[in-house]
Amino acid sequence: MTAHPPLNSLQPRPIAERTRPKLVVVGNGMAGVRTLEELLKLAPDKYDITVFGAEPHPNYNRILLSPVLAGEMTLKEIILNDVDWYENHDIKLNTSSRITRIDRVLRQVFSADGRVEKYDRLLLATGSTPFILPIPGHDLPGVLSYRDIADTDAMIEAASRYHHAVVIGGGLLGLEAANGLRQRGMTVTVVHVMPWLMERQLDRPAAELLKKSLEDRGLQFKLGCETSELMRGEDGRVCALRFKDGSTLATELVVMSVGIRPNTALAESAGLFCHRGIVVNDTLQTFDPRIYAVGECVSHRGIAYGLVAPLFEQAKVAANHLAEYGIACYKGSVTSTKLKVTGIDLFSAGQFMGADDSEDIVLSDPAAGVYKKLVLKDDQLVGAVLYGDTADSAWYMQLLKDAQKVTELRPHLLFGQHHLGDSGHKGETQASSLPDHAEICGCNGVCKGTIIKTIKERGLFTLEEVRQHTKASSSCGSCTGLVEQLLASTVGGAYQPADGLHKALCPCTDHTHEEVRKAIREEHLLTIPQIMTFLVWKTPNGCATCRPALNYYLISSWPHEARDDPQSRFINERAHANIQKDGSFSVVPRLWGGLATPAELRAIADAAEKYAVPTLKITGGQRIDLLGVKKKDLPRMWADLAKSGLVSGHAYGKSLRTVKTCVGSEHCRFGTQRSMALGVRLEKMLFGMWTPHKVKLAVSGCPRNCAESGIKDVGIIGVDSGYEIYVAGNGGIKTVVAQFLCKVASDDEVLEVVGAFLQLYREQARYLDRTVHWVERAGLDFVKQQVVEDLEQRQTLYERLLFALQGTEDPWTEIAANPSHLQEFEVMSL
Amino acid sequence: MAQWKRICTLDEIPRLGARVVERGAPPNIALFRTADDQVFALLDQCPHKQGPLSQGLVTDTHVTCPLHGWRISLVDGQAQGADAGCAATVPVQLEDGWISLESSHESH
Repeated sequence: MTAHPPLNSLQPRPIAERTRPKLVVVGNGMAGVRTLEELLKLAPDKYDITVFGAEPHPNYNRILLSPVLAGEMTLKEIILNDVDWYENHDIKLNTSSRITRIDRVLRQVFSADGRVEKYDRLLLATGSTPFILPIPGHDLPGVLSYRDIADTDAMIEAASRYHHAVVIGGGLLGLEAANGLRQRGMTVTVVHVMPWLMERQLDRPAAELLKKSLEDRGLQFKLGCETSELMRGEDGRVCALRFKDGSTLATELVVMSVGIRPNTALAESAGLFCHRGIVVNDTLQTFDPRIYAVGECVSHRGIAYGLVAPLFEQAKVAANHLAEYGIACYKGSVTSTKLKVTGIDLFSAGQFMGADDSEDIVLSDPAAGVYKKLVLKDDQLVGAVLYGDTADSAWYMQLLKDAQKVTELRPHLLFGQHHLGDSGHKGETQASSLPDHAEICGCNGVCKGTIIKTIKERGLFTLEEVRQHTKASSSCGSCTGLVEQLLASTVGGAYQPADGLHKALCPCTDHTHEEVRKAIREEHLLTIPQIMTFLVWKTPNGCATCRPALNYYLISSWPHEARDDPQSRFINERAHANIQKDGSFSVVPRLWGGLATPAELRAIADAAEKYAVPTLKITGGQRIDLLGVKKKDLPRMWADLAKSGLVSGHAYGKSLRTVKTCVGSEHCRFGTQRSMALGVRLEKMLFGMWTPHKVKLAVSGCPRNCAESGIKDVGIIGVDSGYEIYVAGNGGIKTVVAQFLCKVASDDEVLEVVGAFLQLYREQARYLDRTVHWVERAGLDFVKQQVVEDLEQRQTLYERLLFALQGTEDPWTEIAANPSHLQEFEVMSL
Repeated sequence: MAQWKRICTLDEIPRLGARVVERGAPPNIALFRTADDQVFALLDQCPHKQGPLSQGLVTDTHVTCPLHGWRISLVDGQAQGADAGCAATVPVQLEDGWISLESSHESH
């Protein structure tokens, strides 16, 4: 028996159902159904919902038609919402039912198969139709377009009976169609009117590489050729193309893929304002306030999008307004393109062609099949074309969307984010070249084949979804670029990296880290419940992501005022020790600057024996780790260690970890500065400092840099005339060399500059940002301005840090001496 | 017939916190208290890699395992989201401020 039986999910439906307003959706494709999914998340019972779809299928993943055509997937695998989904959500689905008329006065829609449905709100998601060249013969048998399952089936069927195919149109879809037909054994010629392929996404050099690679796969091309007529054979089918120059090309199948047009016929017939799409405002509302429209049929701020990612953004906004939340706003999308041809990595985004007022940075290595072009304008990335190595496409997309200044990144911008020592996947940067069994995520042992299979089978579109379902990239994150690459090459244009600048803190809120901090400061909020009430949290008491962040923001914003909430801390910070895989803990006493006395070493040895510690280990931070301590023994062990003056090393916290030092001029014949003494002073000053993430320091006594200052959050290198201070280095997952901040003459100045830098980090970084991530976003120039140039600001920051650290006590001594704190460590028995 | 044994009072578990109860043999039992003073009990091991759920962060009626972040329902022990697995629930009673467990316990 259980004291709390599972909640009964089969509760009787509320009576209010009969009076619920009616929402009718015209179009059962990805945009319409995604809007419903978003709506159901916000207001599951608000509407009585009816969906009309012209196709006989439930909602499927149109993006994956190319793999179906290529024989890599089956139709069944690309269904996103099966019939049960509609039933489970009480949605009436009418398939093979095309809506032909809207009566806006009576608020009714009429279908070709004689159905009539009333609506209170109408959502148009009629998609787009393929553009058919108005040339003689365009309606002959054997001439197809490429848009839906029926087209795909027709092509598969034709491929089994005929040998020669022509695809008119060398754009994204045309090439995917050509590749698919080739995979099915046909000889395929792509006829394109422009001088190079995918001219709307690629510049010429990248397109040439693409053409070469497709030729290697057996495709043929006729570029710069305009078709004037499709010729009829004796059997009545199409038999050849005739070009403007009079030449002909024999064929048995023609696939026209020369673009799409928003499908506005229904909207126009109802008198809705259309101009190259159904015109909507920033809430996705049409000129009739009861009617919303999303997807490829829409024209928003003059743009009709033909890729899936923007449609999903629109769906979210439309759902927000249909749910009568009324706060979301769609401002348009920056789109990117990926070609879904297995084995070819290609990416383009933004203004990739460049203009008079922009600059190009280009890397071209045709022999290796790599081409990269970045377009910069006013110190911002405005466009990118990548061929062959697209590992950094997500990073570039992020820079583009965030309109981030790239001044400091410029010297290595072209080489991407990954080139600096990410570990765990053998330095691979090209997912496409890897075999299916290649391990992508070294932390969780997830291979390429598993990731791709899961993306396809589960219909995943975001990195977060892939992390949830495969665990890849969910631990250390160093393989994120590769996972994003796999995601992008599998779902193509549907993939859009998250918006880094305006990222919500966690799913419990729509507010960003910055907005939360601002509210805490301006409203003088002092407790987590106060924040959650003021900012209208969506969950009763948050989640494991937001609670620790909020706790940190409170205690760092209002030191000595806001009270620490132990239940909102990860166990390590609550137990002041590091949890291990078997549930035991590790204890690391602080050895200031890595120095120890015989008495301290003896105390550590005694404690290890007394509490039967199975493993003693010298750490990378010049300390001693006692591993395998039982939680209930912790307070007594701490009390024993305290007798010799040993205190918490905070090896478990988002806090000051170690200050690593070299021997320095105290003993070393090369030393120029007393690095041990300065290290100890810094460590004593910063003892007990909570930070957004862990903080490691190092002090070297000369430029030989034996303390490895170059890969620390703050690294100090003594020179004869003073100290050089480096910041934002990292030695973990991502090896990043620290950047030079400034040079100072005295120990006191080191303390002040380092203190000011760390206080700025404490006040401005997002929780779980290392200094490297924060400085990357904030910019080193800004940090220098605050900490080096503006002396008054430096002083203020330094004083704020000292104030926050006033009266810091050793948590070990405090807990061991205070019986009321011992409950956490006590075990009860049955 | 189940024999109920008083273990501790409600006040001895912090809100949004947990306590460990040792049985004769491992695994232990984890007792949880929610923000609204509901009490739940699970065997103290995550279905993923046997992490001690008692050391996790409690939110609403869930606990997040401290080892790899699996989110487990306190109500039925089920892993949430895309994770699949189930922690064993343990019968527990809250009466007059006292929390009791069955003394001859078998996991469910």
